[in-house]
Amino acid sequence: MTESAALSLDGMAAPPMVNGEVTFDAPWQGRVFGMAHALADRGVFVWDDFRACLIERIAAWESAHPEGEGYPYYDCFLEALERVLAEKRIVHDHDLSHRIAELGSRPHDHDHHHGDHHHD
Amino acid sequence: MSESSPSLRAEAIESLLKERGLISDEAVDRVIAMYNERVGPMNGARVVARAWIDPDFRQALLSDGTAAVAPYEFEGGQMEKLVVVENTPTVHNVVVCTLCSCYPWAILGLPPRWYKDPAYRSRIVREPRKVLSEFGVALEDDVEVRVWDSSAEVRYLVLPQRPLGSQGMSEDQLAQHVTRDAMIGVAR
Repeated sequence: MTESAALSLDGMAAPPMVNGEVTFDAPWQGRVFGMAHALADRGVFVWDDFRACLIERIAAWESAHPEGEGYPYYDCFLEALERVLAEKRIVHDHDLSHRIAELGSRPHDHDHHHGDHHHD
Repeated sequence: MSESSPSLRAEAIESLLKERGLISDEAVDRVIAMYNERVGPMNGARVVARAWIDPDFRQALLSDGTAAVAPYEFEGGQMEKLVVVENTPTVHNVVVCTLCSCYPWAILGLPPRWYKDPAYRSRIVREPRKVLSEFGVALEDDVEVRVWDSSAEVRYLVLPQRPLGSQGMSEDQLAQHVTRDAMIGVAR
């Protein structure tokens, strides 16, 4: 792990912590968290560029919601990842939309989805 | 932003990045492990350590796991019912989700990759002793193996046997000895 990870753990872009532990509420959150760090470690983007997108997304969410409402950190995190990948011309929006449509059109019994049953 | 679910969007990004050779499962797993594997299962480890020390809590945990862990207010829901199964000198429990990857992640963190692997999901039912031996758990012939199949409604947690020589350890010290794999049942 490079310093990118350490830098992410302070300031307003810090992930939610419970008793000092990083927490994920769903597997996809861990995947996006892991992807962002892995990409930064590899130099695909600079962590601070991602962090700037993340802070921007969080600020946008906060300005649109009343104070005290629990904010969906990893939704912001995912949006920030999408944003930085688009800005760096690594994953274009239309490629992403196309792939989402492909994956979303799989048969319903694909890998046994049941309701809100988790998957990553 | 689109109304597609975040898990679908994340999956789409991951598949595109993999195709472009920019990430690998190994790299992503390594990051998650660093942040999650050591800390994620600590919720479960604290429960197990307390059960080893406090007989009343142990009894409550075994009779109604959901109610017994409720006061901890662990985050990450989607666990309607928690059933805790106890390893003894004559019974070894192991947990699987044969259909997909149901997992008590509020108390164990993210599931390990192998837990979702079709091979584990089918083989642990068919040949549990062999699979367990591959994980390094060599069971004596007189130990009964019980395989618990998780579902969207019921999640299982294995209460491992307290390690020999752990008398006098504090709850916190004991918790440090409880591994994620032991709470799934693929380690002792």
